[in-house]
Amino acid sequence: MSDEFKVSMKVNGKVYECSVEPRLLLSDFIRHELGLTGTHVGCEHGVCGTCTILFDGMPTRSCLMFAVQASGHEITTIEGLGTMEELHPLQKAFQEKHALQCGYCTPGFLMTLVPFVEKNARPSDEEIREAIGGNLCRCTGYENIVEAVKLASEMMHPVE
Amino acid sequence: MKPAPFAYFAPASVPEALDRLDQLGYDGKVLAGGQSLIAAMNFRMARPAALVDLNGVSELFYIKPAPQGGYLIGTMTRDVTVEIQPEIKKNYNALTQAFYTWAHPQIRNRGTFGGALAHADPAGQLPGVAKALEFRMKVSNKTSGDRWVDAKDFFMGPFATVIEPSEMLTEIYMPDLGPRAGTSYQQVARTHGSQFQVAVAVKVVLDTANRCQKANIAMLAVGEQPLLAEQASKLLAGQPLTDQIIDAAAHLVATKEIDPGTDIHATEQYRRHVAEVLVRRALKDALADAMRKGG
Repeated sequence: MSDEFKVSMKVNGKVYECSVEPRLLLSDFIRHELGLTGTHVGCEHGVCGTCTILFDGMPTRSCLMFAVQASGHEITTIEGLGTMEELHPLQKAFQEKHALQCGYCTPGFLMTLVPFVEKNARPSDEEIREAIGGNLCRCTGYENIVEAVKLASEMMHPVE
Repeated sequence: MKPAPFAYFAPASVPEALDRLDQLGYDGKVLAGGQSLIAAMNFRMARPAALVDLNGVSELFYIKPAPQGGYLIGTMTRDVTVEIQPEIKKNYNALTQAFYTWAHPQIRNRGTFGGALAHADPAGQLPGVAKALEFRMKVSNKTSGDRWVDAKDFFMGPFATVIEPSEMLTEIYMPDLGPRAGTSYQQVARTHGSQFQVAVAVKVVLDTANRCQKANIAMLAVGEQPLLAEQASKLLAGQPLTDQIIDAAAHLVATKEIDPGTDIHATEQYRRHVAEVLVRRALKDALADAMRKGG
């Protein structure tokens, strides 16, 4: 066993202080230590995208970081995105357009897309496909996801 | 899949990092963005005894204009920071094209420019771009200080560079291309963002009569490290870049200058064919880029 390190980080607006072994992946820390199991783990080598979180506002793979590296930083997971009463426009659009079936990949897609739909009012199909290039979905065939992103962008940037 | 235990060090400055690396010797491994290293550690293909994490060394994150033209880039600068820098995006066509094929947005948000070079993955885009565009690397060492290494001398083989165990890459110099130069990066991969079967990075410099003064052609995935096609460069030097001479250069590269293997990704024959097509495409694109800039 290697030494443990004290870490302190803000997750979904709440400060957590814990002690971690350096080899603990951020994805496992979020799920097992914080109990935020909405962040899913798929491939654990940076290919599938389902563990994507916002790290200081940027979509990042939580399986390719150690929890110790997140100390002093701000993290948003799917639990911080919307509530049951008030879904984030992306969540509403995914529901509306049937952009998920089993839902395993969905948290990763949503966290990847948060800054994208904030920045892009009317993204093209190609821009959307590039943005979600790092997320795998084995159910939908992506068509409905692309449609949902368009809808979410429209909801977030209504025409005046 | 969990990494094996390791000792963790998070220095706050370059001298502190170099001290630590010097002390650790062969046991120490630098952790930059971790987008390749941590994946390898999850598989336990890599089991470093100690990690020296540079993510807290704020002095290594920068892009600044170099006094002699071009840019100096701190080794920890995130890929995305270089990707969206407006002047770089406008002038370094090959780099912009390479970024478009470079893993995925989430990886570029965390991955670092220096890490992609020091890791020297034969499946990486940047080593080839670095050779074609004549990058220079600053390698720092606690006892002997800094040394600058040309990209052509930097890569030793798959995942191997001239960086010694107690050293680290601290800065990258990306030279100014000059007013009559163009660059291009072209690749073929099964899907967007997948590992490429063959890739090519090219830089072309024109003289005042629009003849080729110099052409660098870096070939990727057809040898143990990015290789410069020197015979083709010689063939092009001093010539107007007509379709005929570009075809001849591409054929020369594909038949004489590369030694591709057959693996699960592609056969040797296929790689030679794709290499020829890509060299042709890259030279034409780099020529167009040079003409657009004032050739």
